[in-house]
Amino acid sequence: MQNDIEINNLFFSYDGTSVLEDITLQYNSKDFLAIIGPNGGGKSTLLKMMIGLLKPLHGEVLLFGKNPLHVSHEIAYVPQDTIANKDFPIKVLDVVLMGRLSKSKFFAPYSKEDYAIAYEMLDKVGMKGFENQKINALSGGQRQRVFIARALACDAKIIFLDEPTASIDTAGQMNMFQLLKTLNKTVGIVIVSHDVNVALNYATKVAHVNKTLYLHDVSKEESFALAQNPKEHICPIELICARRCNHLHKELL
Amino acid sequence: MIDLFAFDFMQNALFASVLVSVICGVIGTLIVINRMVFIAGGIAHGSYGGIGLALYFGIAPMLGASLFALFLGLVIAYITHQNSTRIDSLIGVIWAFGMALGIVMTDLTPGYNVDLMSYLFGAILSVSNEDIYGMSGVFVLVLAFALLFYKQLLAMSFDAQFAKLRGVNITLLYFGLVLMTALGVIIVIRAVGLILVIALLTIPPYIAEKMTNSMGSMMLISSLLSVLFCVIGLIISSFFNLSAGASIIMIGSISFFIQFLYSKWRT
Repeated sequence: MQNDIEINNLFFSYDGTSVLEDITLQYNSKDFLAIIGPNGGGKSTLLKMMIGLLKPLHGEVLLFGKNPLHVSHEIAYVPQDTIANKDFPIKVLDVVLMGRLSKSKFFAPYSKEDYAIAYEMLDKVGMKGFENQKINALSGGQRQRVFIARALACDAKIIFLDEPTASIDTAGQMNMFQLLKTLNKTVGIVIVSHDVNVALNYATKVAHVNKTLYLHDVSKEESFALAQNPKEHICPIELICARRCNHLHKELL
Repeated sequence: MIDLFAFDFMQNALFASVLVSVICGVIGTLIVINRMVFIAGGIAHGSYGGIGLALYFGIAPMLGASLFALFLGLVIAYITHQNSTRIDSLIGVIWAFGMALGIVMTDLTPGYNVDLMSYLFGAILSVSNEDIYGMSGVFVLVLAFALLFYKQLLAMSFDAQFAKLRGVNITLLYFGLVLMTALGVIIVIRAVGLILVIALLTIPPYIAEKMTNSMGSMMLISSLLSVLFCVIGLIISSFFNLSAGASIIMIGSISFFIQFLYSKWRT
């Protein structure tokens, strides 16, 4: 079976400084993949390479078996919440409509169907009733929900999110991940996060990136199996130091 | 006051004001939300080189300025699109180079007798019919650009990376925007001069931005504000015998300060 994302022996560097080395990864959109790791470890760089915003130095990245830029209409990207342009004159509804850009006619305005989809997606992320608000009047968490609605409006098969909760309080973060978890029933979720808890509680696959990549599987059946066997388990220490942890967990015995 | 607008030159000035105002409203809005004010400034001042070259080679100064501005626009679009570091310094160099070239070329032109002041401070009271044709042409181009690519321009201004992933050709659209800016700047120079062009491009959109939540209505409101500034400025300038361009900008600046203080007072 073809993987939705296939990365083989990927290398990348910024101005001669090596950022990613020999990355290999397979991903299928039924999974909730969390990319974690320290600041400057190359998480966002890897994400940008998956969607074709950056090109690898060596190695290959295949999205649905093709060059990422050729299938960019099949995926959606939710950027970090960094709106420097504080007064940007745009309504929530117009932001979500942007998701319909590649589906609608080039010169024509957005169609009725586009509007219907935009309303539907706002409802789906719990932002119904905010259509005519200025985007910058929203809180960080609400704004991220709008960006997720925009991503959903793209009809994407995989949604990529870059630190979507960086500016949100803890309760807001939990809501957000619960929403993503629900969405994961129909679309693939690939998320960059520095938060280990996310990886433990919501992800089914965790990629620890710090120049090199270490992949943890935390799918339901397996985590049960892991719990049965103290030598085969996943624990927070593993996630942080990016290698198999061999110590004995008393609580599992 | 009705008498005032009975004069032909006043009617021309009024008509030119409306054309210039709409161009300013549309292009100025795009410049402000894309944070390209410094780029517009570089093109405006750099285009002085085109005036110098035109005088030296004996072609129409505004034509020279337009061609040179388009050339500078291409250079600046290339530099900024490459995302190279120190973009502001590079634009600063182009800004100064254009002005220096203009001065040197006029020095070299034997017995120059053109009123350079009109390019520095504008001459809206002496716009000719040819000027009106030129302005109308740019007016149509700018409106067509903004209407046809409205969705794409909005998406690029708000989130260029997302727009790119949705299949918008960011490179082409950005070059188009900078070239439209160059054309717009040249037209506005005719009205208020290259020293003051930035004010008319930024003040109306800045005020309008606070009053609306859509790019289209921001363009509309800034166009209306700009018409208002131009008409009031023209009337005041003829009553008190002041420079038209500077009067227009004074009205705009005073409105800006009032709006600024009002919004500070309200919060």
